[in-house]
Amino acid sequence: MSESATDRSGSSIAGDSGKRMAGWRIPGLVLMQLLPQTWRKRRREGMIENRPVLTFVSHVVLAIGIAIVALPVYVTFVASTLAVDEVLQAPMPLVPGTHLVENYKKVLGQGVSSNVTSAPVGRMMFNSLVTALVIAFGKITISLLSAFAIVYFRFPLRGLAFWMIFVTLMLPVEVRILPTYKVVSDLGMLDTYAGLTVPLIASATATFLFRQFFLTIPDELAEAARIDGAGPMRFFFDVVIPLSRPNIAALFVILFIYGWNQYLWPLLVTTDEAMYTTVIGIKRMIAGGDAATEWNLVMATAMLAMLPPALVVLVMQKWFVKGLVDTEK
Amino acid sequence: MEKRARFRSRWLPYALIAPQLAITIVFFFLPASQALYQSLLVQDAFGMNTQFVWFENFQALFHDDDYLKSFRVTAVFSVLVASIGLSVSLVLAVFADRVLRGAAVYKTLLIWPYAVAPAVAAILWLFLFNPTLGVVAHWLKGLGIPWDPLLDGTDALIMVVIAAVWKQISYNFLFFLAGLQSIPKSLIEAAAIDGAGPVRRFATIVFPLLSPTTFFLLVVNIVYAFFDTFAIIDAATSGGPAQATQILVYKVYADGFKGLDLGGSAAQSVVLMAIVIALTFVQFRYVERKVQY
Repeated sequence: MSESATDRSGSSIAGDSGKRMAGWRIPGLVLMQLLPQTWRKRRREGMIENRPVLTFVSHVVLAIGIAIVALPVYVTFVASTLAVDEVLQAPMPLVPGTHLVENYKKVLGQGVSSNVTSAPVGRMMFNSLVTALVIAFGKITISLLSAFAIVYFRFPLRGLAFWMIFVTLMLPVEVRILPTYKVVSDLGMLDTYAGLTVPLIASATATFLFRQFFLTIPDELAEAARIDGAGPMRFFFDVVIPLSRPNIAALFVILFIYGWNQYLWPLLVTTDEAMYTTVIGIKRMIAGGDAATEWNLVMATAMLAMLPPALVVLVMQKWFVKGLVDTEK
Repeated sequence: MEKRARFRSRWLPYALIAPQLAITIVFFFLPASQALYQSLLVQDAFGMNTQFVWFENFQALFHDDDYLKSFRVTAVFSVLVASIGLSVSLVLAVFADRVLRGAAVYKTLLIWPYAVAPAVAAILWLFLFNPTLGVVAHWLKGLGIPWDPLLDGTDALIMVVIAAVWKQISYNFLFFLAGLQSIPKSLIEAAAIDGAGPVRRFATIVFPLLSPTTFFLLVVNIVYAFFDTFAIIDAATSGGPAQATQILVYKVYADGFKGLDLGGSAAQSVVLMAIVIALTFVQFRYVERKVQY
């Protein structure tokens, strides 16, 4: 009796403590199902009963769902291919027009110019790319390092450091906007890439994810490395990093999207047009009010703002789903 | 759990953890303690005169009709976002779980809105709902429904709720689908053999077994509606018209940056932090205990 009890708890210890730490707890079966099908055995063989009508209804409901989900993007795309006077007639046509190349060339090269001027969207996309990449790689790097320290060393104040990182989960940037802004402006980091990225780089989630993963690396590997005379950093680069690759890839997808889509923070720290990210640029483009907004160009910019993260999700779907599971559990 | 094999070094662990801690202290703890301290001060708009007032800012806050209204707006907004978002995604997931052919295609076609920036999502819907040139607004007009989110508070709230739900559907859908697929087939088969139809099976077996996933998503969605929708509100309505869509997170920003009421804004930050901490606590304590198979 007692044996079976220890057995059961024993088998779940590895996953449990850390998941509880990270805040979320959903059943293991659900997590497994979220992983790509190729990674697990397919469990669903046949339908329980054949109900052709219900199956047909299912397809119809899903098609309607997808159509509604896709509607705004389709309209946006159509708007981005029209001339400005075509967009402004109500209702605008729902078939793509002939100004696609012209519109995209214009926003990429010059930006909008009629009522509010903006930097070329090409420049904004470059800013977004730098921001997203620095945030993603920065978060991954410092989280790998601190998780390695927490798991593979014992040192005074280790517990305190761990909790200090953990507590940051509870302080989203939205609730401490003003003082954080002040810190950044005191450091002279307004309108710089450092200001755009560094304050967002600390990450409790990524640290926990890597801590979790490091705990599953067999102790024998570290022992063997020690016996062979390899120092901790050698072990880190030659063993830990290669083993962490899947986690790094999954996290990268999520963090790239997170960085690309940042809004509040770049809105505050950038005042110089040349430093706007794409998302902020769009918002500034519609600031001039209804009549004066060149909606076809704004919508072309919106398409450009959606494209890179959507591509990352679709091309790296497998890693994206793994990333969602890892970061949010 | 602890590692048996450890490395020894006096300085290395500190060096490894230093970057993370430095950023955490400078950009998290310093500002958060600043917010705490500032919430106890009253400062004039030019920063010339500062007075320590204990909890007056908080008292003022809870006697401020605008703030209480913002609380109500936030409550309505998050209840709507969570309930509509969860029901729509559950329906889609249930049907996607039924079809064998094309389930992967449906999944791919439903997950990409996750990649769209909230602010961009807001602008897409703003464009559709724009009273003069929006396509959907035009359809509504055709149906005889008066529609103007730029002037009417309810319309504006509906618009931001739709944008927020649209953005979150992919996430809910993925987790619901996974939850559905993890329900043992044998249970459903047994019920089918006993003569329970699809609706009955859903109500008595599938939905109860899905409760851990549902509860998890409920908490995630409430947190999302409270904090992550700032961009949607700002880009679509800027909290207007007449503060009809001013949720708490937006009000912190509006009062602090636009109204320059530093003490009041800081006090609001502190209240929000308390809410985050409470929500985190709920996750810790109840998510894994109360809802079980």
